[in-house]
Amino acid sequence: MKKRKIGLALSLVLAAGTILGACGKSDDNKGNDTAKNGDKKAAFSVAMVTDVGGVDDKSFNQSAWEGLQKFGQDNGMKKGVGGYTYLQSKSDSDYSTNLNTLARQKFDLVFGIGFMMQGAVDEIAKQQKDKHFAIVDSEVKEPNVASILFKEQEASFLVGVAAAMTTKSNKIGFIGGVESEVIERFESGFRAGVQAANPKATVDVQYAGAFDKAELGQSIASKMYSSGVDVIFAAAGATGNGMFKEANDRKAKNPNATVWTIGVDRDQSDMGKDVVLTSAVKRVDVAVQDIATKAKEGNFPGGKVTLYGLAEDGVAAAPINSSVANKADIEKAIKDWTDKIKSGAVKVPGTLKELKTFKAK
Amino acid sequence: MDYVIEMLNIRKEFGNFVANDNITLQVKKGEIHALLGENGAGKSTLMNVLFGLYQPEAGEIRVKGQPVKITDPNVANDLGIGMVHQHFMLVDVFSVTENIILGKEITKGGRIDIKKAEEEVRRISEQYGLAVDPQAKISDISVGMQQRVEILKTLYRGAEILIFDEPTAVLTPQEITELIQIMKTLIKEGKSIILITHKLKEIMEVADRCTVIRKGKGIGTVNVSETNPNELARMMVGHDVVFKVEKKPAEPKQDVLEINDLVVKDSRGLTAVNGLNLSVRAGEIVGIAGVDGNGQSELIEAITGLRKAESGSVKVNGKELINHKPRKIMESGVGHIPQDRHKHGLVLNFPIGENMVLENYYQKPYSKNGILNFKEIYNQARRLISEFDVRTPSEYVLARALSGGNQQKAIIGREVDRNPDLLIAAQPTRGLDVGAIEFIHRRLIEQRDHGKAVLLVSFELDEIMSVSDRIAVIYEGRIVAVVDPKETDEQELGLLMAGSSRKEAGTNV
Amino acid sequence: MSKRLQGIITPIIAVLLGIIVGTIIMLVSGYNPISAYNALWNGAFGEVYYFGEVVRQVTPYILAGLAVAFAFRVGLFNIGVEGQFIVGWLAAVWVGTSFDLPKIIHLPLAIIAATVAGALWAYIPGLLKARLRVHEVIVTIMLNYTALHVSNYLIKNVLTNHKDRTGMIKESASLRSDWLQSITDYSRLHWGIIIAVICCFIMWFLLERTTKGFELRAVGFNQDAAQYAGMNVNRTIILSMVISGAFAGLAGAMDGLGTFGYVTVKSGFTGVGFDGIAIALLGGNTALGVFFSAILFGALKVGALNMPLEAGVPNELVDIIIALIVFFVASSYIIRVVLNRFGKKDVK
Repeated sequence: MKKRKIGLALSLVLAAGTILGACGKSDDNKGNDTAKNGDKKAAFSVAMVTDVGGVDDKSFNQSAWEGLQKFGQDNGMKKGVGGYTYLQSKSDSDYSTNLNTLARQKFDLVFGIGFMMQGAVDEIAKQQKDKHFAIVDSEVKEPNVASILFKEQEASFLVGVAAAMTTKSNKIGFIGGVESEVIERFESGFRAGVQAANPKATVDVQYAGAFDKAELGQSIASKMYSSGVDVIFAAAGATGNGMFKEANDRKAKNPNATVWTIGVDRDQSDMGKDVVLTSAVKRVDVAVQDIATKAKEGNFPGGKVTLYGLAEDGVAAAPINSSVANKADIEKAIKDWTDKIKSGAVKVPGTLKELKTFKAK
Repeated sequence: MDYVIEMLNIRKEFGNFVANDNITLQVKKGEIHALLGENGAGKSTLMNVLFGLYQPEAGEIRVKGQPVKITDPNVANDLGIGMVHQHFMLVDVFSVTENIILGKEITKGGRIDIKKAEEEVRRISEQYGLAVDPQAKISDISVGMQQRVEILKTLYRGAEILIFDEPTAVLTPQEITELIQIMKTLIKEGKSIILITHKLKEIMEVADRCTVIRKGKGIGTVNVSETNPNELARMMVGHDVVFKVEKKPAEPKQDVLEINDLVVKDSRGLTAVNGLNLSVRAGEIVGIAGVDGNGQSELIEAITGLRKAESGSVKVNGKELINHKPRKIMESGVGHIPQDRHKHGLVLNFPIGENMVLENYYQKPYSKNGILNFKEIYNQARRLISEFDVRTPSEYVLARALSGGNQQKAIIGREVDRNPDLLIAAQPTRGLDVGAIEFIHRRLIEQRDHGKAVLLVSFELDEIMSVSDRIAVIYEGRIVAVVDPKETDEQELGLLMAGSSRKEAGTNV
Repeated sequence: MSKRLQGIITPIIAVLLGIIVGTIIMLVSGYNPISAYNALWNGAFGEVYYFGEVVRQVTPYILAGLAVAFAFRVGLFNIGVEGQFIVGWLAAVWVGTSFDLPKIIHLPLAIIAATVAGALWAYIPGLLKARLRVHEVIVTIMLNYTALHVSNYLIKNVLTNHKDRTGMIKESASLRSDWLQSITDYSRLHWGIIIAVICCFIMWFLLERTTKGFELRAVGFNQDAAQYAGMNVNRTIILSMVISGAFAGLAGAMDGLGTFGYVTVKSGFTGVGFDGIAIALLGGNTALGVFFSAILFGALKVGALNMPLEAGVPNELVDIIIALIVFFVASSYIIRVVLNRFGKKDVK
């Protein structure tokens, strides 16, 4: 009896506290609003929405955020409303709400990071016609949306060359995240590169079915290494982190083991200095900075697709690991292929269909 | 005086309901003190107050003359009060020793010293004559053995005063004899015992003094040597109790139930009913006597469709019903008072009113076009509640809130009201007090007098002897003899139940 | 009577406890709890847009909660609401994209397709439980993964030609309404909320007022007694899973025909089905309870998105606070069970 009464009293107090708190807050808010409006007139503001991978996925979203931060710092902006910021999505249904929230907070440009956000960006762009949006890795045909696409296949091709020249067993692995158009570009470019540099090498292709399952990535990598594969390329977001863990574990157990990994999206050499051969770098950061700069200068490429390939410095192969014996050879090969691709002499396949008819040289 | 426990003017309320109204209980050192009362009289509440599970609203508790406040069972334990619960609190997959030391383990360097614990258990069990195998698993030992483990648990914790809550309810006659022996040994070793029961026979046999409570009030304390069962029963129930069931001679007519060569397997796949033959006629009560586990449960389950029969025939009113669905069998005129009223008889979380239509809820007027008619359901419930004297605050109260006797009355009301041609009653009076037993026996005989066939299964020979018109003895899944209760005695039945053939029998088969 | 009161008060206290502990954590880690909760409130009810989004989120939550609660009332733990939700979503979009029909036929057809798909998906564990006593928890968990990957495969290979998302459903199959969007400033609010509320009523009516509901409840409380009383326990188990799955499939239709209008290849679970478990628990497995707890969860989920932006509270902390509320809700359920145990003794 007594306890119940105390509980009741407690809850009443709390309820009162909440209400009072709410009153106090609304005042704060007004203050903020005016401040916000004041800033707004002068400054350009930009924000991004991550996909479910989150901003610290050590890959795609992180790279975009790094680019946005750099842009913000270069332009003397502050983090937060009126400057630059990000919102994280926890499920597919959050994209729309997040994009809308940022648009409502009067950001001049809002990035949707990842093809999964295409539907949401499309819809909101139609509703908020006076706002600017950009979508990475997908195309939205709206006059107020800039679409950013990468030629992932070109970077993948280069790391494929590196893999083909590094492997001893002639067995190479590829771990994809979810089967999708983007990952297909990675896969076909990579396989084309391997084929071009070392026709004897085979590529074992496996899809994890997820971008956020490191443990799954690890078990796939483990199976691949055990079957004799000695270089693996993971284009699988955070799932790929499992591959690095497996490689590092194996290296720690046996320092002489030849286990190489190839990172994705950003230079992932920090994931293991002994095991990361190179990375297929996708300069989401460059693209984000580029589009933001253009928007700030009034040249927002709305309604257009901006393609970032080797020629635009939008993709690249990261520096080759210094402990690779034939590092110089690999670097030279990569240089040669880069020139050929840039000049248009070689067209790297972007789909598995194109890969079938691809002939190097 | 030399009281070990004194509960003085204890009052305990639950909302508006007074469970204990100024009850006084004084237990002398070295005695077996019975606490007698009908189900729902407040015995368990009083003991839960003593054991620290409830706090009384008024009154005082003294242990060895010292006033104490028992705030939880740990305090009770420290004061030397131990409780042997009716429903055992044992971990099935643990050994006897592990169960006994649970919560008070003997450790050595952080690990349980099981050897030393086993020795200790063995020492206590020898001292008090409680033979158990310390290494046996609880799931492998009999109910009687499990009860010993419960007793050992309290002794291991240093109990001086042991509370036995309805200890014989779950035991076989042999186990009861052994338990009584154990209780006497405990007294000899200087312990004191409070025995909660409603069985007069046990009190007369074992107790020194007896405190009777009725409807939450203390009626009085008597010396057992100076009283008799009739007086105790009167104190408990409040009026004179007739022990002998009064009934007219049976007037049996045609066969209602005919069972031929029935074979049924138990849940382990062993043959439990093995070619059984039996018939029950309209207007008679056939009692099935037998030691538990000779196929009684399987027989009833097969008749009522709850268990698949391997072969044979079960006819009701000439209609073959073997392996039909329970509902079909019910609709063919079979009523069933199940052995386990909590498991089968009631949905405890349903209001008692809804339990009253558990079997015919889908029929008019309770249901129309798939929609329930609660008005009709509760009208029916109210009618049965008053007709069968089910004591409940209202028909909307959950079934679990009723005392065992009232739950059983509700079930019987439900079954009898459906007016079945064959009524099967499995242990209908198990765990009930004298008043309720009398009521139920009267109802069974009433059904018989209305020309219905009644099949009674019971492990209580008294009941079989006094209620049945014919007694069928079951042994290892067969009816080994059918006898007239007027021409037999407990001794003969006991022998038949134990499997010895009846040489001069064959009279009534 | 007091039990009813207790049923209402316990979840409220649980939520308040979650908020208190969340406050303490925020104070310890140097954030301002008042502005954080203010941001939460604003993100859920501060603007009509957010209110629309909350209702939009509440819609599938109600149905997922009903799905879990319904099975629970019959003594089954349907962990597979997530999978049934996904197949329902897929089926709704499939029908929504592949036919050209008048709205009066197309929309109901798409909704029914989702309901049937969810029901069938739940029929499998129901059947296995009834016939072979395979535990429904294991089967439904496995079927969640099966649903995820099968639907991904179908989206890529059957509904589209190796695309990651289907096209928009036809207008004639859409639950969306320009009017609802216009009054909520372009939120994704759609007519589904009406379906969800009707389903609350259906669940209550089915369980509490019908003959079948009597059987379902009886089986839920005591299978042995139900069997003894002549009820067909196995059929009731299957029926309850099918109805539960139908609710879940319907929840999928809400996202397929309302919120999104398309279905994408999913890299992981949506979480709606799992949130449904917490919603059902908080709601005490009753229709009305589910309705209110879905509102709470929907508001928390949508409002939390605003906390990092407006109050600078990191996402992780937001997750912790939400998790705390769920934790206390779950433990309130435990507390309630314990209280009931004591209550039982009390009456004796």
